Amino acid sequence: MSDKELQVRDKRELESAGERTKPGPVFIPAVDIFESEAEITLLADMPGVASENVSIDLHENQLTVSGEVEQLTSEKEEYLLQEFETGIFHRQFTLSDRIDQSSITATVKDGVLRLVLPKAEKVKPRKIEVKAG
Amino acid sequence: MTIIKWRPGRSGYRFDPFSEMQRLQREMHRIYNTLTDTREASRPAGVYPHLNITEDEDNYYVRAELPGVDPEDIEITTQGNDLIINGERKIPLEGENVSYHRREREAGSFKRITSLPTHIDSSKVAAVCKNGLLIITLPKAPEVKARQIEVKPA
Repeated sequence: MSDKELQVRDKRELESAGERTKPGPVFIPAVDIFESEAEITLLADMPGVASENVSIDLHENQLTVSGEVEQLTSEKEEYLLQEFETGIFHRQFTLSDRIDQSSITATVKDGVLRLVLPKAEKVKPRKIEVKAG
Repeated sequence: MTIIKWRPGRSGYRFDPFSEMQRLQREMHRIYNTLTDTREASRPAGVYPHLNITEDEDNYYVRAELPGVDPEDIEITTQGNDLIINGERKIPLEGENVSYHRREREAGSFKRITSLPTHIDSSKVAAVCKNGLLIITLPKAPEVKARQIEVKPA
């Protein structure tokens, strides 16, 4: 057991993500983003999201990650206590590096999305020869 | 460690002016909360993890969001009407040659105790953790379940 005790935090709700066709709250997932020489990795906490309900979109430099949580309770259930709500997780980032779109990999384990974005090979510097006139 | 017992103020279906006043007070409290806080969640205990508790005829259901927690690191115990959820969230190191841009996810241990309104059949409690969502099903004890008694013609 580690010494640190986890503090409870309310989920951050997204103020405006454009209007969605489905009503319901939209939350900002907590993320870790780190970079190595070859790739950028993003980890996002998305509890309750099945891998088939995750969508990742990279358009130009804009990376959009979203995931939907399916209805938790059956119709017969009545709430006695509700401390958290579920809905959609949504977050957008602007990437500064060029990404090799064809080799992006995404996995979901225990409600955490792991997205690996390999950097595109840098355009090799070209040497321009100046010819004498 | 903060432990907050949760006791729902439930009364029967009989008209009871005091419970009506309590209900009104709760309602006022809820309205006040919705004015000051946009979230609907009522009376959060302030202890990790947040819980949702529901019931149907036969069971209580306790749900908690535990992303990135290995099911093997979760320990669930019952004691009378109390449910104890213990565990640890580990975040493994990601190699030495990485530089972090953002670090919002946290690791640490947690313990939460909550009370259920009635007795439960502790031998039949089941728990699953799916996609980082823990669901504990606690069957109500047979003596507290509503039973319909058939009236036979004489």
